Amino acid sequence: MIQPDPNTKRPLLDVADLAVSFDNASSASAPRIQAVAGVNMTIYPRQTLAVVGESGCGKSVTAMSTMQLVPRPPGRFDRGTILFEGRDLLSLPERAMLDVRGKDIAMIFQEPMTSLNPVYTIGDQIMEAILLHQSIGAEGAREIALQAMRDVGIPKPEQRIDAYPHQFSGGMRQRVMIAMALACQPKLLLADEPTTALDVTIQAQILELLQELQRTRGMGIMLITHNLGVVAENADVICVMYAGRVVEYAKVYELFDRPLHPYTRGLFNSIPKLRDQKHRLVTVDELVNDPAEYRKLPGHDKGVVPWWPTMPPPAGARALGHDDAVGSETVLHEVERDHWVGCWRTEHLDALPGRRPDIDYRRGAV
Amino acid sequence: MLHAALAEAPSRSAPVGARYGAAASRCGLWLLVVLTLACVGSVPWALARVGTTEQGSARSRRYEAADLGMGLLPPRWWPLAPDDRARIDRAAQDGRTVPTRWLGTDRLGRDVLARCLLGGAVSLVVGTAAATIAVVIGTFYGMVAAVAGGRVDGIMMRTVDVLYGLPTILIVVLLAVAVDGVLARVGTDLASWQMQLLNGGTLLVAIGAVSWLTMARVIRGQVLSLRAQPFMEACRAIGVPARRQFFRHLLPNLVGPIVVYATLAVPAAILSESFLSFLGIGIREPLPSWGNLAADGLAELNPVRSRWWLLLWPCLLIATTLLSLNFIGEGLRERFDPRGRRS
Repeated sequence: MIQPDPNTKRPLLDVADLAVSFDNASSASAPRIQAVAGVNMTIYPRQTLAVVGESGCGKSVTAMSTMQLVPRPPGRFDRGTILFEGRDLLSLPERAMLDVRGKDIAMIFQEPMTSLNPVYTIGDQIMEAILLHQSIGAEGAREIALQAMRDVGIPKPEQRIDAYPHQFSGGMRQRVMIAMALACQPKLLLADEPTTALDVTIQAQILELLQELQRTRGMGIMLITHNLGVVAENADVICVMYAGRVVEYAKVYELFDRPLHPYTRGLFNSIPKLRDQKHRLVTVDELVNDPAEYRKLPGHDKGVVPWWPTMPPPAGARALGHDDAVGSETVLHEVERDHWVGCWRTEHLDALPGRRPDIDYRRGAV
Repeated sequence: MLHAALAEAPSRSAPVGARYGAAASRCGLWLLVVLTLACVGSVPWALARVGTTEQGSARSRRYEAADLGMGLLPPRWWPLAPDDRARIDRAAQDGRTVPTRWLGTDRLGRDVLARCLLGGAVSLVVGTAAATIAVVIGTFYGMVAAVAGGRVDGIMMRTVDVLYGLPTILIVVLLAVAVDGVLARVGTDLASWQMQLLNGGTLLVAIGAVSWLTMARVIRGQVLSLRAQPFMEACRAIGVPARRQFFRHLLPNLVGPIVVYATLAVPAAILSESFLSFLGIGIREPLPSWGNLAADGLAELNPVRSRWWLLLWPCLLIATTLLSLNFIGEGLRERFDPRGRRS
């Protein structure tokens, strides 16, 4: 087993041009529903990548694809690769995936109230992952489970280990979920809206806990969330998604200071500010539907126009044939160094030497 | 793990309603245990061979003996007084109860208590066995349909729909006629107890084959909703293999509905057994079952000379059993569900 060096230049997770589609439930002949259409992202050890976007934009499907947890059928991986330490996870057989799940990559779900099996004790559930992935006896597994519970700050783990999920509060259950996920020391943690169902104080505690565990273990984290406040405080790199595509990808401060895509600007604009007296907030729609917003991007005159489904493509946009894959009308263009924006694919952009989004950056560390 | 849940559940304080429920289910359990012990306990006595072997013919069993004098009437622990025979005959003729027989005697002077107990044994065995068949088939059919999904699920559940559409009684009658036909074709001469066994078996298969349908639907629905639960996703995410997911995570969550349905299926099977015996399919005279005892009792109900007790006792026993089973089912459901005692 090669331990990943935290200073390695190779990303832990490298998602390249991932596209996932689902059967259209209305009829067999209807076009497939493209949940993810060409997503690119990388995660380095000890790095937190925040994936933000509205419901249904493909955040969770991307995370689920990493674990091969997308039900197939109706789901289907159309194209792309997900490299985890150089291995393509999408082509791994189920048997090999069983070993990756829970051991190398762990996942935390957004529903702590229902993510634990009601008929088993907390201890049984934490120990299950340990027993599955490590050759260790029940006694040893119990010790590890107790330690994991201590790590996530559950008081009196010796007493709580034999309790049932319904005897725990929501915050405690989420801690149990995290203990379950971390018991096997995964290298990558997919946190799918880990704090959405929790109140603000618990939210802060859980996120702090994750940060601390990340520091001590060198874990990479994919943090999926709607909450821009959470992103601002925890993320190193942000990936903004819309309609299955990455529309903007940059370091956290850079994105907050200078959002380049109208949609990202719309998102930030719609956050209410405490000191402002306003009758109504500016909606995302207002910004996104304003053609002037699209002209602000550097290089607009050369035909570099942010992609948006309801906006007409610029002159010079590559016409898509019938056989072209969904999502190929967009390209992630590195507008500035380490700052990508999803743009319409034009001949001008195709001619430029492009680089896939890839930022090895951690806040605080220079 | 479930044992732990069981052991732990009663120690926590329960709301008033649940406490009544627990008392009711305990009462039901005791009643049922006593009833079952009495019924099963009477079986060796009722099935024992009595009488003498004249001309080398086999002695008949007590419940089907033609001669009432062969110690048939009372169990040994309730001996017949010398003048009882005459009193029983008179009482039977007049349509009165006989004081020395606890539950009276029937038209032929047979002790109703003894017949009710043997009938109970038959009914309980048939009911339990048929319910077991229904639950086992239904559970696995439903689970396989839900797990397979897609077209397989569609075909399996449409099959259930079609079977639902067929009239139950028709299937059972056809089955019974078919068995009779096969027997006539083969031409074997079966002893009466073998015939009874065969009839009982046919009845079991018939009831079991019909009543698993509901179970299959219930379980399929449960599995579908459980599979969509986040905790099933969570257990996939920690790398639990498919079979282990199925047996260790899905099945224990199904215990509630399975137990509830099973406790409902037993009375339903007892009722169908009664009904079919009433129609003359399945358990036949002289072997009693609660069903054909009640059917006999109903025939004895008339304005001139009513032997009302012939109907009352079997019906009361059926009712008691059904009620007990329902209470027990309710209690079990609460015990099996660790969340049941939240408040």
